[in-house]
Amino acid sequence: MADVKKKATRESYGEALTELAEQYPELVVLDADLAAATKTGIFKKAYPERFFDCGIAEANMMGVAAGLAASGMIPFASTFAMFAAGRAYEIVRNSIGYPHLNVKIGATHAGISVGEDGATHQCNEDIALMRTIPGMTVIVPCDDVEAKAAVKAAIVHDGPVYMRFGRLAAPILNDPETYQFALGKGVTLRDGTDITIVAAGLMVAEALDAAEMLAAEGISARVINIHTIKPLDKALICKAAKETGCIVTVEEHSIIGGLGSAVADCVTECCPVPVHKIGVQDEFGHSGPAADLLKEFGLSAEHIAEVIRESLKL
Amino acid sequence: MDETIKKQLQRTACRVRMGVLTGTFHARSGHPGGSLSIADLLTYLYFVKLHVDPKHPDMPDRDRLVLSKGHCAPALYAVLAERGFFPAKELESLRHIGAMLQGHPCIKTPGVDMSSGSLGQGISAACGMALAGKLHAASYRVYAILGDGEIEEGQVWEAAMFAAHYRLDNLLAIVDNNGLQIDGKITDVCSPEPIDEKFRAFGWYVITLDDAHDLDKLEAAFDEAESVTGQPVVIIQKSVKGKGVSFMEDQVSWHGAAPNAEQYAQAMQELEAALAGTEV
Repeated sequence: MADVKKKATRESYGEALTELAEQYPELVVLDADLAAATKTGIFKKAYPERFFDCGIAEANMMGVAAGLAASGMIPFASTFAMFAAGRAYEIVRNSIGYPHLNVKIGATHAGISVGEDGATHQCNEDIALMRTIPGMTVIVPCDDVEAKAAVKAAIVHDGPVYMRFGRLAAPILNDPETYQFALGKGVTLRDGTDITIVAAGLMVAEALDAAEMLAAEGISARVINIHTIKPLDKALICKAAKETGCIVTVEEHSIIGGLGSAVADCVTECCPVPVHKIGVQDEFGHSGPAADLLKEFGLSAEHIAEVIRESLKL
Repeated sequence: MDETIKKQLQRTACRVRMGVLTGTFHARSGHPGGSLSIADLLTYLYFVKLHVDPKHPDMPDRDRLVLSKGHCAPALYAVLAERGFFPAKELESLRHIGAMLQGHPCIKTPGVDMSSGSLGQGISAACGMALAGKLHAASYRVYAILGDGEIEEGQVWEAAMFAAHYRLDNLLAIVDNNGLQIDGKITDVCSPEPIDEKFRAFGWYVITLDDAHDLDKLEAAFDEAESVTGQPVVIIQKSVKGKGVSFMEDQVSWHGAAPNAEQYAQAMQELEAALAGTEV
């Protein structure tokens, strides 16, 4: 994918907020001293009177967002995934989730691809944490086009939404002219009959590359981009399970509780087939360049292809 | 304060206390001690200060009240019932399966502006409401009631910083300083004192009220609070946990225990007597 244009989805987030601000006057943005990194700084520059820095105090930021939403605003609370879903978990659960308030959480720097900052900042647990909260929508967009569409969908949706963005530039896979985003509806990017790869975020591009490699070997892999992890597109997943008989999930997240678990939960009920989960194992990350870490932790097209070859031998 | 109004408020506060007892007795659980210490405060707010309409609990320009010390929901429910948000009969099913009145405040209940109960969180939500009021150029005020034990939570101080930084002078916090928390005296557990100096250092206008059960003093404190501009205000009210029921007063054991039938009868008898003593 060397020739494909790339952009980090956190940047798309900051741009989308700015682009949508005029149309949605109730939209306000909160950040916790990370505006330069979460890219809400783009919004801050354009709409300083609608941007509120909460300082390094994520718990309070989530509570303030709850209060704003309870008073008719549409707040986007922004910080790194580690602090949004990790540090502030209980506030998100009790002050946003329980009263089902219209708060949008923009969580950037998710996953192992944070890179050099290391394990303390590599949040591989946020999807698991957020999807256990009743009524919480969880979106993991794969590229610039989808990230912007997700922000718009989050505004239109009435209720709490957790959006997961990455630090690393991601290949732009979708065409902004034709792309249609439907909350809770997965996208089949490539048809296939032998196996289905279900991927989200940065892993969608890797999944497509893996399918391409496998095609050359005569293996037909279906690729589903499941941008909404909750509510999960159960119909699409069950159809894939029935038609291809085997599923591989790929996520830049722990294999415990994330996309893989959600898919496994789903097929267990409708069509039990083997589900191979590719993701960060039950371990912490460490420092290093993002690209090297992704390879090391098995989050590459090569590793996906390898897992599929093995699984089809079984 | 006008003597007739004062007597009426005292009678209402007395009925609110009865509601606290009725609720916790029927629930066989709950938190009567801290509920009784804010009974006068809530009565004063809902019958004198708050711009609310029981027929339109969601009206946009209403004043908001966040009970950050959410475990004292029995007092909030009792005062909301008195004010006409729902029938007092609901108090008898507090904490029961299928009941409207949950163990801690839930935003779905008419008159409840924010779900709360996990300590330290309500004040942040109140900050958000106050900020929204500023953005809408609305005239409403936001009141947040915190426990003195609750302010041991770090989130309270994050919120305190935020409120001062954004000059939320439409936010009024009340710290119910009854001096007791579950494990004992606040000064023995992990002291949050000096509370006034802490808030002052965080940029708040601080009012100390030496008797939270004296309506004239309550009125004076709130009158002073309303004259402040450019910064948030906190009223630190010295109160008595369990106030109004002899055997509950200043007893930490009544933080989270319900009265049995005999205790309930005695408490109601005492409150009936108090009510008779305030007949207009």
